[in-house]
Amino acid sequence: MNCDRVLLEVSNYIDGDVDVAMKREIELHLLECQHCTMIVVQTKLTVEIFCDSQAVELPQEVRSRLHEALRRKIGNPGT
Amino acid sequence: MALGASLNTALSTSRPHRLPSTVVREDEPVLVAAAKAGDAAAFEELVNRYERKIFRLTMNITRNHEDAEDAMQDAFMKAYSHLSGFQEDSRFYTWLVRIAANEALMRLRKRRPNQVSLDEPVEGEDDLMPREIKDWGPSPEQRYAQSELHGISDHAIDQLDPDFRTVFVLRDIEELSTEETAAIVGISVPAVKSRLLRARLKLRQKLDRYMRDRKPN
Repeated sequence: MNCDRVLLEVSNYIDGDVDVAMKREIELHLLECQHCTMIVVQTKLTVEIFCDSQAVELPQEVRSRLHEALRRKIGNPGT
Repeated sequence: MALGASLNTALSTSRPHRLPSTVVREDEPVLVAAAKAGDAAAFEELVNRYERKIFRLTMNITRNHEDAEDAMQDAFMKAYSHLSGFQEDSRFYTWLVRIAANEALMRLRKRRPNQVSLDEPVEGEDDLMPREIKDWGPSPEQRYAQSELHGISDHAIDQLDPDFRTVFVLRDIEELSTEETAAIVGISVPAVKSRLLRARLKLRQKLDRYMRDRKPN
């Protein structure tokens, strides 16, 4: 296992989507490689940060137009 | 914190954010059944429940307000029209996400026909390996206000290649499975994994720039 291979597997590794043998190989490498350990830690942190901060407001006028369109649709289901 | 300890902490903590595709209110099947039977108020309640999430999804994929609104509206219209075909062995929300993601992708492809690929990605292995890695020190969540992190991440996602962004949004923000994402985007499971890897590494790289440029508060 080398750094390039760990990098290719980092995404699968943080998702728990690697088999037992691969997981063991990666973790043996991480024990000795600070560079890859930081990539793993920072990649996982990145996913958490980006997911948590993706709040999108639904503007009131957009919501009103949606409900108006739905009422028209429900009132005329064939359209 | 020692690196080994950081790794253990990072990997042992479950992801703290909400899980929209796994949190089901108990009355959802009742509402869906009522809506299928023609109860308009029940369908409107389902819309009320998911409209913000669906708008977030369509905004995140299209990055265009007008397209996002149109995609959301058409997704709910289609959901209503095809409700009788919805199989209740899956979640209503997941079904809705599929419809909305397809609506959003259709608009994205129309707007940027040369930027969004339906094919297997041709992605080299170059530029993936960060040359120089530095410890971020205190976690970004400790260093930045939530509003600032939102600005940083919004800008970074905006710059991401649409192919990568779509997979990242479906897998990491909507928490769909790799297989579901592959089916929606129309690519193979390995291609989803490959795009997700690249999206995550590119976003890490963008975040890294902020972490280096800014000194701790």
